[in-house]
Amino acid sequence: MRRGFLFYSQLAFTLLVCTFLILPVILSVMAGLTVNYFQGLSSGLTLRWIGEVWSLYSETIFLSLWIAATCLAVNLVIGVPAAYVLARTGGRLARVLEELIVLPVAIPGLAIALALIVTYGGVPDFRTNWSFILVGHVLYTLPFMVRSVLAVLHSVNFRELEEGAASLGATFRQRFCNVVLPNVKPGILAGALMTFTLSIGEFNLTWMLHTPVTKTLPVGLADSYASMRLEVASAYTLIFFIMIVPLLIAMQMMSRKR
Amino acid sequence: MPLLQDRKGVSHHPALILGLLALPAGIVFLAFFLLPMVRLVLIGASGEEGAAAYLSMLTTPRHLESMIATVLLSLGVTLTALAISTVAGVFLVRHRFPGRAALVSLLTFPLAFPGVVIGFLVILLAGRQGLVGQVAQFLTGNKLVFAYSMAGLFVGYLYFSIPRVILTVMAAAEKLDPRLEEAARSLGAAPWRIVADIILPALKPGLIASGAICFATSMGAFGTAFTLATNIDVLPMTIYTEFTLSANIAGAASLSVILGLVTWAALALARSFSGSTVAASG
Repeated sequence: MRRGFLFYSQLAFTLLVCTFLILPVILSVMAGLTVNYFQGLSSGLTLRWIGEVWSLYSETIFLSLWIAATCLAVNLVIGVPAAYVLARTGGRLARVLEELIVLPVAIPGLAIALALIVTYGGVPDFRTNWSFILVGHVLYTLPFMVRSVLAVLHSVNFRELEEGAASLGATFRQRFCNVVLPNVKPGILAGALMTFTLSIGEFNLTWMLHTPVTKTLPVGLADSYASMRLEVASAYTLIFFIMIVPLLIAMQMMSRKR
Repeated sequence: MPLLQDRKGVSHHPALILGLLALPAGIVFLAFFLLPMVRLVLIGASGEEGAAAYLSMLTTPRHLESMIATVLLSLGVTLTALAISTVAGVFLVRHRFPGRAALVSLLTFPLAFPGVVIGFLVILLAGRQGLVGQVAQFLTGNKLVFAYSMAGLFVGYLYFSIPRVILTVMAAAEKLDPRLEEAARSLGAAPWRIVADIILPALKPGLIASGAICFATSMGAFGTAFTLATNIDVLPMTIYTEFTLSANIAGAASLSVILGLVTWAALALARSFSGSTVAASG
């Protein structure tokens, strides 16, 4: 096909959209590394703001990593078996259950957080513990793990594989661990990446669920946007990008392989 | 076929084992989602007005205005995101050129940015010290600042909608049958007729599905509005102020139940068209 005016105008449009998405990220990275953003790059580059963020907010970074890791662990322990059960059950019941399990994604985090607060907010040791945030994150990410594993289970014929193993005398435990799990590994991996990434960036639920002693990275970000100078807020955002971009790239690579 | 024997082997204590495997997820879901949600619905009806609180959307002007503003904003964002993403998505699927893969990556890369961060990016673009303001000042002498208003929210919501819609459009456009188009072209159809009669109808289910997801996400988005301004009355901000500033827990509960119903209905519509939903964060 000859590349005429139409091709180049569409290309220009797409590049413009891309600029809209990427330019602010570049601005933010720059602002986090310049001595004085309002004077521009001529004021020089510095890591001072990064250092300042580290001394002010490093705890939020560790808490977010910790919550994301435990959230992932919980999802693996409860989500993978649940997906298997849904795939094994099949039929109408499984569809209804799946519909129920994805509800927390369809309902705004704010509403779920309010529901958790009015129900469990009165339990003081729970309310001020990081596990209160963990509960919200598990609810929000579980559907992604379940769906991701379910999608793979539906695409590999695991029943036949299991029947084969069973006819050779494999017990249920052996079949689940040696036949089902290895076959759904891509789904578990994709779900795990998604879970971890979403948990690190979750704000809508977390803002309502957090307390002064349980602040996650996005909560700290909101705090710095409201009260810190632009350079510090940008440096903090830069740290967040450095954490999340490798995860996003890994997710893109996985979805391309499929 | 020795199927009978095999089946027997597989279904050894099936119900019990399957039940045990699903039990942890079931307990978490019941205790931390269904039960709290039921309580939220009940508390929504526990205020001074009782169950009539669920009509407060209609009777309290401030709530009604907030609802209308949120719906209009979300509709505007959805239509704009659909238009932009269809042009870019169809283009990217139908042409191969150097740098295409990188371009696709960049376009879908902000997918998992949280709403707060997107709010900050809007401030860097159009805030008091933003790029747009500086460029406008250079060109016209007047500083242009719109981050802290509905326009800023619009830009932010567009930012998190475009990557999602582009992905869906690209998936749908890959299934287009190029032969239909060739046939139309060989019969002398003008390019705009091909777009209107062949491409758009084929993309329609995908567009409706991703439009509904985009609408639901915009309706429930909280982080961006929270970063940009506390005085923009979109529904999630109204709920937040009712809860924190006015300590009107019943009001906040009833409003968030209504909001949840709206987003759930939109996503149910999306699923009936496509069969899958993409993350609804922001």
